[in-house]
Amino acid sequence: MLYSEKVMDHFRNPRNVGKIEDADGIGEVGNPVCGDIMKMYIKVNDDDVITDVKFNTFGCGSAIATSSMATEMIKGKSVTEALQLTNKAVVEALDGLPTHKIHCSVLAEEAVKAAVIDFYKKKGREIPEELKNFEINCESCAREPDRAGNGSSEAE
Amino acid sequence: MLVFADNAATTAVSQTALDAMLPFYKEFYGNPSSLYRIGQKAAEALQEARQTVADCIGADPKEIYFTSGGSEADNQAILSAAEEGAKKGKKHILSTKFEHHAVLHTLKKLESQGFDIELLDVHENGIVTAEQVAAAIRDDTALVTIMMANNEIGTIQPIAEIGEVCREKGVLFHCDAVQAVGHLPVSVHAMHVDMLSASAHKFHGPKGTGFLYCRTGVRLHNLIEGGAQEKGRRAGTENVAGIVGMAAALKEACDNLEENRQYVTRLRDRVIEGLSAIPHSILNGDRERRLPGNINMSFEGVEGESLLLLLDDAGIEASSGSACTSSSLEPSHVLLAIGRPAEVAHGSIRLTLCEYNTEEEVEHIIREVPKAVQTLRDMSPYWEELQKGERKFYVVQ
Repeated sequence: MLYSEKVMDHFRNPRNVGKIEDADGIGEVGNPVCGDIMKMYIKVNDDDVITDVKFNTFGCGSAIATSSMATEMIKGKSVTEALQLTNKAVVEALDGLPTHKIHCSVLAEEAVKAAVIDFYKKKGREIPEELKNFEINCESCAREPDRAGNGSSEAE
Repeated sequence: MLVFADNAATTAVSQTALDAMLPFYKEFYGNPSSLYRIGQKAAEALQEARQTVADCIGADPKEIYFTSGGSEADNQAILSAAEEGAKKGKKHILSTKFEHHAVLHTLKKLESQGFDIELLDVHENGIVTAEQVAAAIRDDTALVTIMMANNEIGTIQPIAEIGEVCREKGVLFHCDAVQAVGHLPVSVHAMHVDMLSASAHKFHGPKGTGFLYCRTGVRLHNLIEGGAQEKGRRAGTENVAGIVGMAAALKEACDNLEENRQYVTRLRDRVIEGLSAIPHSILNGDRERRLPGNINMSFEGVEGESLLLLLDDAGIEASSGSACTSSSLEPSHVLLAIGRPAEVAHGSIRLTLCEYNTEEEVEHIIREVPKAVQTLRDMSPYWEELQKGERKFYVVQ
């Protein structure tokens, strides 16, 4: 199988799908040209704890699964803890992803960061130093045809 | 219900083909180059298969070279023509933007060796015209190579007209007919082709077998050196059972071609009609001039790979032009060639039917695809932004 059982489970039954109308932070990353967009909504209480998180994703199976897993991993955590979430941790929690799908997990990490930055901005707080240069760009889906040792999109 | 709707990728081996093959694994397993009985029996079977294949495309058996499949046939045809052309100082090769990678990657290799590769546009309907070919042929054109039917969008090219142009201008013409042989009438004479590639597993034959038709007088160069098999043009002990199976499958396909074509076309049209009811969907490739079994559609706001996974759960096996089903992260070069923006190409699926599919299966497809598209659109921020007018629809309906 291309995907682990865990990936398929999160794809088939994605957790925390939807929107939060009065979200405290919203992060959107990716773009339709690259074939994936993730939009993440967080609700944060007075103690900076993420009490609710929802996502909407346009993308492949691993994009949906990594979004779902990332929301589970940051729910109930503080915003500073959420910022520590790495794509590697998301991939590990999903029992791995095929090499050419790793970029989807980068997108999930970026979506979380984008939502937290939006939260800081809304609160009028200083953006932490390491996030000042954070930019939503297409780095994560940079064209790397030979990443998997195969430039072909057609194998039949 | 399990619906195999990926017959352009590969097909089930027919019972006729399998029955024909088995004795050559168990009983007549001799090497066709051997003198003893089971070797000679294999050699006779090869000769018969060569005759059968030749008859199906209106060729002479001497003009049929068995290969490991369509890719090898394409490689050998193009590289041979390039080598012959170069001897005469002709280094221009004409093709199209949406050829199979077996052709495109071979051309790319030649380009790096100094050949001048020109890829013609295929327009929004996915069809190149003979006029385009006529206008692009130059004095130093060594080869024109154009597919008969596209593997992704199924569009059928005016091969006979293109062949006529090439013949008039004295330019070699190779046709990758991998998707067409066994599904459309093929006559190498009527089509004026000099070389033609085919693959057994696209018409209910076994994988790992194909053939190259090469007109008498056209020079072939070897890809594989060794023994004198295939008149010295392709070394290696012949895949006897595979070749026998290919011939049996091809004969069966050609004997039933018209009946199958009508039946499969009807199934195809029902699917196109049913799925076109999905808002912001579009058929890729010409509506009429397409393979009997090919349906290729884009649905805005969804991504093809996730659609395929949901369809697999619903018992439908299909494929996609989405970047995410490939390792390259690039959307289909075919869909880009017909002018679909990447956003739309990502949301495409290909369903390819054959005579083994039933009307019940087609109804299952028509029921399940809209559900899967809706499920994904419901969680797609892109779809939401399209609907709110924050992004613009490419497919307006």
